[in-house]
Amino acid sequence: MAGTAVRGRLTWQVATVGSLTDETSSVRTIELEVPDWAGHRAGQHLDVRLTAEDGYSAERSYSIASAPGEAVLITVERLDDGEVSPYLTEELRPGDEIEIRGPIGGYFVWDGTDPAPVLLVAGGSGVVPFRSMLRHRERAGAAAPVRLLYSARSLPDVIYRAELDKQPGGVEVVYTLTRQQPPDWTGHRGRVDAALLGEVAWPADQLPASYVCGPTPFVEAVASSLVSLGYPAGQVRTERYGGAGGT
Amino acid sequence: MDALDGNAIGGLLREIFGAEMTTASATCATCGSTGRVAETVVYLQAPGAVMRCRVCGAVLMVVVRRAETNCVDLSGLAALEPPLQPAVC
Amino acid sequence: MMTAMSPISRGFHGRNREPAADASRIPPGQYATGDFPVLSAGPTPRTPLDKWSFSLRQAGETLRTWSWEEVQDLPAEDVTADIHCVTRWSKLDTRWRAVSIDTLLAQVDHQARFVLAFCDGGYTTNLPLADVTGGQGWLAYSYDGAPLQPEHGGPARLLVPHLYFWKSAKWVRGLDLLAADEPGFWERYGYHNYGDPWREQRYAGD
Repeated sequence: MAGTAVRGRLTWQVATVGSLTDETSSVRTIELEVPDWAGHRAGQHLDVRLTAEDGYSAERSYSIASAPGEAVLITVERLDDGEVSPYLTEELRPGDEIEIRGPIGGYFVWDGTDPAPVLLVAGGSGVVPFRSMLRHRERAGAAAPVRLLYSARSLPDVIYRAELDKQPGGVEVVYTLTRQQPPDWTGHRGRVDAALLGEVAWPADQLPASYVCGPTPFVEAVASSLVSLGYPAGQVRTERYGGAGGT
Repeated sequence: MDALDGNAIGGLLREIFGAEMTTASATCATCGSTGRVAETVVYLQAPGAVMRCRVCGAVLMVVVRRAETNCVDLSGLAALEPPLQPAVC
Repeated sequence: MMTAMSPISRGFHGRNREPAADASRIPPGQYATGDFPVLSAGPTPRTPLDKWSFSLRQAGETLRTWSWEEVQDLPAEDVTADIHCVTRWSKLDTRWRAVSIDTLLAQVDHQARFVLAFCDGGYTTNLPLADVTGGQGWLAYSYDGAPLQPEHGGPARLLVPHLYFWKSAKWVRGLDLLAADEPGFWERYGYHNYGDPWREQRYAGD
């Protein structure tokens, strides 16, 4: 069935909302029951389409937070001037139906078969596809060592914190808090910059795979820093999220 | 008001081409540079989806949706080559 | 391909709607919003004012150019207008400070029947001359009492509110005065050549 996840035309299908989990004060994870779900690869996303009574419709893409083989979960951050995210994070109820299309993506995916070390760099809600990759790594028993560098505004803004703090050996999670830190914080502060990447990233000569996900300016600054650390541009995979003014 | 990338139109491109296109190779008709569709610059906050060359900024592809039809303009692309097999990472 | 009707998403309304708006001012298929959404087909240009100019060109020749200071010295008007975007939102009573295109055209000799607005970033849009003149078109540099922000087309944009707002070209740098019509950016990609919101002329052939 995994083959149909990549080949063939995709169509919209109706999914039913299952459980809802508040991850932070502005982030919610939504479980979706999708009747003809063909399975997915870690890192893929799905498109959501909402239709108002007068026929007006809006579409957005959301990364799949769950691992291949698990129930479909998406994690949505509420953007203050958003059109879709306030609806998904505040109005949507279990039992509601929404249209989805997916899974989508063949570039920003990790299947775990390559033993090369993996660097994941997340800005805010950019951590969502990485949850899928980490859970897949564990379920598949993959051997590749992984480092996740996760930039969040403050500790309460860290999504999946309880899970991320309990990662198995072979997975290191490094946080940097950019706006507010707890009084006893001994971790990194401030934005991800070349210096922090120099400390955390695998040395380029280990031929790591790297993935960067988050708001566009974050992704571009990080990708550029990785290239200056010697990562070949073709080995740095990027996925940009829209921020304020967009969704 | 930030640009996105070709990942954001993965679903739209599947609808148009019937195949996964984010790993397809796109060659700009204006400057000749080649890159993966996932790495193109994409504007979606517009009356259509606009894909631009990351190197020179020229328009590569525009998709305007009317009713149930996608109007696709590819004149900014010198070449668009989907992978023969899905990429495995 | 047969598609079933999309299910209605319970409680979804789209952008910040203003249901109390006077319905007679809302063209067919539109809804009123309190927001001012930012739409763009490319990166936001950032032209410094000392490099900015506005030109009228005809047959490959520049007839007249105004610097920023020269535009500021021209007689300007306070314009209040309802604006209608082809993506379905309308915004009522938007307030601008702008120079009438009539004022600019009065300073050149031309034989134009059409204009093609050209902009920083390469955007273009075409209009009949009759639709940017007679008090229907402006060069706008202030919105809601403040300098027009880059995301909304600043330093200056075209303002032609009786047509869909893609015709009110952002980051405008001049008008090509044409004898024959020539489609601009969205017109080439499938949008209507004229774009009257009251006849719902969104797409070519509508």
